[in-house]
Amino acid sequence: MGSPNTYANPVVTGIGVVAPTGIGAEAHWQAVLSGKSGISRINRFDPSPYPVRLAGEVPGFDVAEHVPGRLVPQTDFWTQTSLAATTEALADAKVSVAEMPEYEVGVLTAASSSGAEFGQHEMGRLFTQGPEWVGTYQAIAWFFAATTGQLAIRHGMRGPAGVICCEQAGGLDTLGHAKRLIGTGTRLMVTGGTDAPLCPYALVAQITNGKMSTQEDPTTAYSPFSAEASGYVAGEGGAILILEGPESAEERGVTGYGEVSGYAAGMDPPPGSERPPVLRRTIERALADAGMRPSEVDVVFADGAGVPALDRAEAAAITAVFGPGRVPVTVPKTLTGRLYAGGASLDVATALLALRDGVIPHGGLVGRLAPGCDLDLVTGEPRRAPVRTALVLARGHGGFTAALVLSRRGNGRSRDVPDIRKSTVKTTMGAAR
Amino acid sequence: MSEFTMDNLRDIMRTSVGVEEGVDLDGPIDEVEFPEMGYDSLALAEVISQISRRYKVSISEDAAVELITPGAVVRLVNQTLAQAVG
Repeated sequence: MGSPNTYANPVVTGIGVVAPTGIGAEAHWQAVLSGKSGISRINRFDPSPYPVRLAGEVPGFDVAEHVPGRLVPQTDFWTQTSLAATTEALADAKVSVAEMPEYEVGVLTAASSSGAEFGQHEMGRLFTQGPEWVGTYQAIAWFFAATTGQLAIRHGMRGPAGVICCEQAGGLDTLGHAKRLIGTGTRLMVTGGTDAPLCPYALVAQITNGKMSTQEDPTTAYSPFSAEASGYVAGEGGAILILEGPESAEERGVTGYGEVSGYAAGMDPPPGSERPPVLRRTIERALADAGMRPSEVDVVFADGAGVPALDRAEAAAITAVFGPGRVPVTVPKTLTGRLYAGGASLDVATALLALRDGVIPHGGLVGRLAPGCDLDLVTGEPRRAPVRTALVLARGHGGFTAALVLSRRGNGRSRDVPDIRKSTVKTTMGAAR
Repeated sequence: MSEFTMDNLRDIMRTSVGVEEGVDLDGPIDEVEFPEMGYDSLALAEVISQISRRYKVSISEDAAVELITPGAVVRLVNQTLAQAVG
């Protein structure tokens, strides 16, 4: 590309959403602002034999509308939702991949449950009918890189490709890694991810983590930071995000939703260790990467485990960095459940829409905040507020931890906000404008 | 002996591996090579596997790699069915 502007932050120029809150970024955003929950009793299969009965399901996904005929028999619902979200995201970014150098466009998605439902179906045939009944596409449909591969093939994107498996943290990791790739010459990356964890095989695997809510009331089952928190509810879907170098976006005349200003990842110490969880340090490192002070963050999209000990740990980390009740904290995933590989990706989409519209979306809270959670939790209704910078947090089962800082483009230098920062990143960005 | 027709093959292609946009399976496809219609080796393996199960014929891998057109598939399946009866 030959641009000297290698330090400038990449920009998210396109969003695609398939989630329990709706299909399409705007449908999702309107559902979030009106507090419309996508959590209900599981319809995809009969959940009555299982201790977990609730989930966030994508409503009314018409496969034929979103997925080419040849791809339907060879893909899991997980890949199908990513195909749909990617089509929306590319259109939203006004990108025609065919007109770009194919080796400068890459794909990096998060995967967690992978093609579990497809795999369950084929394993069922193996054990009831025999090996010759297992479909050929079992070879490619279930595994973690399947979605990245199908997206790359469908759109002719031959740049860097990969998959990141860090459970709920994976969505942020794709953006963090793509940020590095774009800094080293890749022009555009398809990032984020979706998940499809709702089949009996996948559900029983999740239940073993001991963190899921077994309540049957969809309005109270998942309530992070509440004194009545009882675990989490799972959900399907997620978001795909188009990340692009600022000069590429500018060349195409696209403004984008916001820039990825900072990122950090960490791994918790093993259970029983005396060392503290890594979240606080991960937040501090993400802010350092962004060249920002805690006081510059306008909202935190929390991980919101819904498990009392994990909620207290997250609240403690947020409080240690920002001070008690000093920053608005929100958990809109109370409307969708935790989407694993799609969860943090969807939070990033929601945060970018919050930056765009200057409003902090709310999440649900049952009863009162739990003792030890001294947070300014945004609940009940959206909060109008200047949103220039958002911090998104994610923790995945097994200790995966990530933090991502998103900012409105030109934050700190736009006409109505005087430039008070002097970091290298901002100076370089300013020079490019 | 049950005969295996081009329509039987079309049906299996449609239901087991799908149809690429812009491809008309109902046209004269007998001698059109599979890759031209968007079917790769994996797709063809799935089609052959479906035929083997539904029509209870055994098609060796060596024979399968020679099958580059729908016409060749129909001929081989019918040959195999005839041999099984005879």
